[in-house]
Amino acid sequence: MSRTHITCTVNGEATDFLAADGTSLLDALRDELGLTGSKEGCGTGDCGACSILVDGRVNCSCLMFAPEAEGREIVTVEGIADGDHLHPLQQTFLEGAALQCGVCTPGFLVAAKALLDENPDPTETEIRYALAGNLCRCTGYDKIVRSVQEAAVQLKGASS
Amino acid sequence: MTATENPPVSETKGYTWVGTRPIRHDGYDKVVGKARFAADLNLPGQLHAAYVRSPHAHARITAIDTSAAEAMPGVKAVVTGDDFPMLDITDANYDVSLNVMARGTALYNGHAIAAVAATTKAEAVAAAAAIDVTYEELPSVLSIEASMADGAPLANEQNTQKFVGGDPTNISTHTPLERGDVDEAMGSADLVVEREFDCAHVHQGYIEPHACVVDTGADGKASVWASSQGHFMVRAITAAVLDWETSRIKVTPAEIGGGFGGKTTVYLEPVAARLSEKAGRPVKLVMGRDEVLKATGPAPGAKLRIKIGANNDGELVALDGWMAYELGAFGDFAGMVGAMSVASYKFPNLKLESWGVLTNKPKTAAYRAPSAPHAAFAIESIIDEIAQKLDMDPIDLRLANAAVEGDLTAMGMPHPKIGFVECLEALKASDHYQSPVPEGAGRGVAAGFWFNIGEQSSATVNLNEDGTATVITGSPDIGGSRASMALMAAEELGIDVMRITPVIADTESVGFTDVTEGSRATFATGKAVVEACRELKTELCRRAAQIMGVEEDQVAWVDGAAVSAGHGGGEAGDPLTLAAITAQAKRTGGPLTATASLNAAGAGPSFAVHCADLAVDEGTGVTTILRYTAVQDAGTAIHPSYVEGQMQGGSVQGIGWALNEEYIYDDAGEMLNPGFLDYRIPVASDLPMIETVIVEVPNPSHPYGVRGVGETGIVPPMATLGNAIDRAAGVRMTSLPMSPPKVLAAINDRG
Amino acid sequence: MQYVAPTTVDEARSLLADHPGSRVFAGATDVVPQMRSGRSEPSVLVDLKRIDRLMTVGHSDGQWTIGAATPAAELTRNADFRAMFPGITEGAGLIGSDQIQNRSSLGGNLCNGSPAADSVPAMIASEARAVIAGADGERTIPVADVVTGPGQLSLADSEFIVEFEIDDAPANTGDAYLRMTPRTEMDIAVVGAAVRVTMDGDTCTEARVVLGAVAPTAVRVPDAEAALVGSTLDEAALTAVAEAASAAANPIDDKRGTVAYRTQVVGTLAQRAAVIAAERAKGATS
Repeated sequence: MSRTHITCTVNGEATDFLAADGTSLLDALRDELGLTGSKEGCGTGDCGACSILVDGRVNCSCLMFAPEAEGREIVTVEGIADGDHLHPLQQTFLEGAALQCGVCTPGFLVAAKALLDENPDPTETEIRYALAGNLCRCTGYDKIVRSVQEAAVQLKGASS
Repeated sequence: MTATENPPVSETKGYTWVGTRPIRHDGYDKVVGKARFAADLNLPGQLHAAYVRSPHAHARITAIDTSAAEAMPGVKAVVTGDDFPMLDITDANYDVSLNVMARGTALYNGHAIAAVAATTKAEAVAAAAAIDVTYEELPSVLSIEASMADGAPLANEQNTQKFVGGDPTNISTHTPLERGDVDEAMGSADLVVEREFDCAHVHQGYIEPHACVVDTGADGKASVWASSQGHFMVRAITAAVLDWETSRIKVTPAEIGGGFGGKTTVYLEPVAARLSEKAGRPVKLVMGRDEVLKATGPAPGAKLRIKIGANNDGELVALDGWMAYELGAFGDFAGMVGAMSVASYKFPNLKLESWGVLTNKPKTAAYRAPSAPHAAFAIESIIDEIAQKLDMDPIDLRLANAAVEGDLTAMGMPHPKIGFVECLEALKASDHYQSPVPEGAGRGVAAGFWFNIGEQSSATVNLNEDGTATVITGSPDIGGSRASMALMAAEELGIDVMRITPVIADTESVGFTDVTEGSRATFATGKAVVEACRELKTELCRRAAQIMGVEEDQVAWVDGAAVSAGHGGGEAGDPLTLAAITAQAKRTGGPLTATASLNAAGAGPSFAVHCADLAVDEGTGVTTILRYTAVQDAGTAIHPSYVEGQMQGGSVQGIGWALNEEYIYDDAGEMLNPGFLDYRIPVASDLPMIETVIVEVPNPSHPYGVRGVGETGIVPPMATLGNAIDRAAGVRMTSLPMSPPKVLAAINDRG
Repeated sequence: MQYVAPTTVDEARSLLADHPGSRVFAGATDVVPQMRSGRSEPSVLVDLKRIDRLMTVGHSDGQWTIGAATPAAELTRNADFRAMFPGITEGAGLIGSDQIQNRSSLGGNLCNGSPAADSVPAMIASEARAVIAGADGERTIPVADVVTGPGQLSLADSEFIVEFEIDDAPANTGDAYLRMTPRTEMDIAVVGAAVRVTMDGDTCTEARVVLGAVAPTAVRVPDAEAALVGSTLDEAALTAVAEAASAAANPIDDKRGTVAYRTQVVGTLAQRAAVIAAERAKGATS
C-alpha cells in the first residue's frame, strides 16, 4: 500500500510523517506521531474526543484525512501547555474536578481553548453551545463549564 | 466555585484530609494527554483485530469458511467458536463464554461469530468481510410480550435457567416478594392509583470504546492490558473462557474511560488472547462505537404494572407490583434485583413479582443501580399522582412514609442506619425548593436509593524511605476513588495527601480485589486501605518505642508522629515523625509495609432525592430543564468534588435516559441507531448547572462513615422529570424515553 | 484509495472526468461516516479546499458569491452576510457542533442530498443559484433544482458546485430558519422551516416558505406564501400558513420522527419562522 509524505507543524514543531491516503488524521497523530492524547470515541464526528486545532480552528480529527494536514498548523492537547506551565484551562480543570475518567478531557481542553481564544468573555450559554460538540458521560458538564468560566476570568486577569 | 450547600466535612468532624479537595493524583497526566487508556497502548510487532458479527437476530451457523480470509495480505490468525472450549452448562461463566464467541448459534444481531488478526486494522477489516458465514435463520424473540407468551420460541436454547417455570421457556429469573395482606389493604385504601410503564433499552454510553492489547507468549502465558472495571475479573473470566489456569494470565489495568457497570464483564480479551496465541504476536483489539452499542451490555428494557393504595392522611398502605425486564440473549441478575430495589417506603403491605426474560438482543449489563431506575420511574410517578390527588406537598408525602433504620426492605431485611429522611428535609430546605416555580414551568420531585455492596478488596501500603507512602490497590478508578484512598491514608497516617501515591496495580502485584461495582470502591477498598494503615501505625509505634527506648504501650500515634505518653518521645523529647521513623527502618527491623484483605460487610445504602424545574414547548413536545438539584447521602464525603461529580454525572445520565435515549430496533432485531448521532446522550447546551447537596449520615460500618455514591444518582431522574412534565403540561408520561413525539402526542390527547 | 487536492477549478474538472469512481469533498462530515459504514467507497477523494475560488465569500454588484467549500463558520462570522440573511446564516450555523462548523460547507450540505439539510431551505427561500463546473465548462441553476431525491442530485458524476450566488435581499426583507431537534445541538433536523418575507409596513408583500425534512427534497409551499402575501400575519393568516405547511408535508416514519409528528410540527415551525422573519423585515433597513 502506498503512503503519502505529509509535512506540517504539530504543536509548534515542524513535523513530517507517512500515512495511507485513507487514514484519518486522528489515526496518523496517534499511530505515526505517538500523540495519543486525542481519542477516538466514535469515529464519525459525533463526540469530539478527537478534537484538535487546525490553523487555530477546532476540528474533529477523525473526519480529516491525513493528507489534509499538509502545510497546516496542528495543535493537540499535548501542545496546549507552555512547557511546564499548564494552560489556565488545564489548571482550572484539575482544581475544579472537571474530569473523572478523563477520556473526553483532551477534546474539551482543545475546544475550550478555541472558544476562549476567540471569545475571551463567554456567557454560560455560549460556553455550553461552543462545547456541545464534546460529549462527556461522567461529569454532567457542570464542573467543566465552571472550570472554563474560571479559566476565562484568570486569562482576562492575566492580560489586563 | 462548587455548588454544595453543606460545609465541608473537615469543618464539622475535625478531619484534616478527609473532606478536602486536593487535585487528583492522576489528573496531571489526564490534562496533558499522557494518561494511557487501553487503545493508547502499543506493543512492538502487534497485530490489529476485527470481528465478524451476526447480521441476524437469531440464526443457526451452518458453516464458516475462513479460507479466503486466511489467504489475504497481512492476515496472521483467524478464530471462530471452534477455537474456544465448550464449558459445562452449569459453569458460572458458561453464558459469558458463549457471548464472547458464538458456538453454532448467533443469538443477537451483532453477536461475535469470528475474528481476524492482521498487520493493519484495514487488512483485518477486509479479511473479516471475506469470511463466508452460512446462516439458517431461526425465529427471533424481540419483545417482553413475545418472550413470555405461551409457546414462545426459545430465544436461547442454552438458557441456563430456562426451567424456572417447568418446561423450557425464555424465563431466566422469577422473584416474588410479599409481606402483609396486599389485597385487603388495597381494598380498604381511600385511594388507589394504578399505571403501566415501559422502558426502552439504553446504554451506559461511556466515551471510551472497549479496548485491550494481549500478548500470549510462546510459554502460554498471556499479558493483558485492558480498560475494565476489574482486572481480577478480566483475568478470571478470560481464564475460564479459555479453560486456562488463572496464573497464566496477568492483567495490567489501563486507565478506563468510563464504565458505569458496562465494563464489569469481558468481551475482547479471550478473543485477543487466542488470536495472539495462534499468530505468535501481540494483538490489539478495539471496538468501534457501533460495536459498543450493538454488542456490549445495554441496560434492560422493562415493562411494569404498579398499583399503590393510600389513605387520605397520606399513608401509603399497599404496593402491588409486576415488573418484567428483558435481559437479552443470556440471563442476568437484573430480573431479581428489580423487586429488591424497591425499599424507600414503609409499605406495610407489599407484593412484588419481578421477572427476567430472554430476547434475541445483546446480553444486558449493569448501568449503575441495575433495574432500580425502571422501578423508581414507575413507583415515584405514582406517588406523585397520589400527592397531587391528596393535595399534599410531594416531599411531605414522602416524609410521612420514608423508611428509617429498622424498617424492612422488600426482601424483608431491616435497613441499617440510613439517611432518606435527612435527604428529604435537605431538599425541602434547599434554595431551589424554597424558590418559586418559574412562570410556565413545572416542578418535579422523586427519590431513589441503591443498597450498595461490600465484597473483597486488598490493599498494600508501603512506607518509603523518605516518609512518603505508596497505597496500592486493585480497584480501577472509575470515579475518583484513588484520590479518596489517598485521603483516607493521609488521615490515618497523619501526613500530607500529596505525599501519598495511590497506585492501581496489576493482578500479580496486589491481592485479589473484586470488580469496581456496587459503589464499593471507596467503601470496601477504602476499608482495606484504612486497615493496612492502622497495622502500619501499630508497627510505627513499635519501631518508635525501640528508637525512643521506651515500652511499646507508652507510644501513641498523633498527627503523623509517634509520641510517648510518659516521656514526650525521641531523644530530644520531640515526637518522632513518620519520616524520621522510616529513615531508620532498616535499623529497627526492615521495610515498613502492611497489607490488608477483607470481604467487606456493612455497605450502607445511599438515598437520593432530586428536584427539577422544566418547561415543555407544547408546539413541539421538547422539554427544557431550567433548574436541577440532586440531594444524596454520602455517609461521609471523602473527596466532596468527586462525590458531587458522581451525583451530577448520574443525574445527567438519568436525564438522557428520561428524555431521549433509546435503542431503536427494526422488525428483524437490528439496532437502527448504533452511533452517537442517533443514540442521543445529553450535550452541554441541553442542561443547566446540576446543583448538589451532600447529606452526611455516616455509615456505622465504615471507619469514616462512607457510603458508596456512584449508583444512586441515576435512580430518581426519570420520575423527577416525568413528575415535572405532568405539573408543567398536565400529561402523565409512562413510557421512557419521554421524547418529544410522545410528549406531543400526550398533549394532543389531553386537548 | 487516493487523495488529491487540486488548486484550480480546471484541475478539479479534469480529475473528475478522468476518474469515474472519484468523489469531491470539503468537510467530509458526511463522507467519512458513509465510508466507515460501507455506504460509500470512492476510489479517489478530491479535496476542494485548496481551490481559492471555492473558499471565498464575496459581495459586489448587489450579489453575494459564496465558495461552495467555504466552512459554515466562515459564513456565520461574516457580519454583513448575517445581517442581510439571518435565516440562511441560522441554517448554516446549525449544521452540527463548532468542530463540524469549521469544516462543513454549503456545497457539501446541499450535495449530500439529505432532505434534512439545514442550510438548504433558507437558501431556496432566497432563490440562491448554484454555479456548477463539469466536463463542458460552467453552468448556473437554481439551488432548488440541484437535489432531486434523497441522496440524488441532478448533477452529472463529473460535476461539482463551485460557488453559490445570492442576490441582495430587497429593503424591508427578513428571513428565518427554525428546526426541531430532540437535543439543542448535534441532531439532524426532524423538521425544518425557512420563511422569507418582504414587508410594507405591517403588510407582507412577498413571501417564500420552504420546508425541510418533511419530504424527499426541500419543498416550497405556495399556499403558505399566498396566505402571507397581503396579510398582516394575523392569526388567520398564520393558521393558514400552518395548515398549508402541514398539507404540503410528505414525510416518512424513521428513527428520527414519525409522519404524524413531522406533519404537525412543520406547521408550528412554519408559523413561528414567519413571525420571526416579519419582525426582522420590519427592523431591517434598506
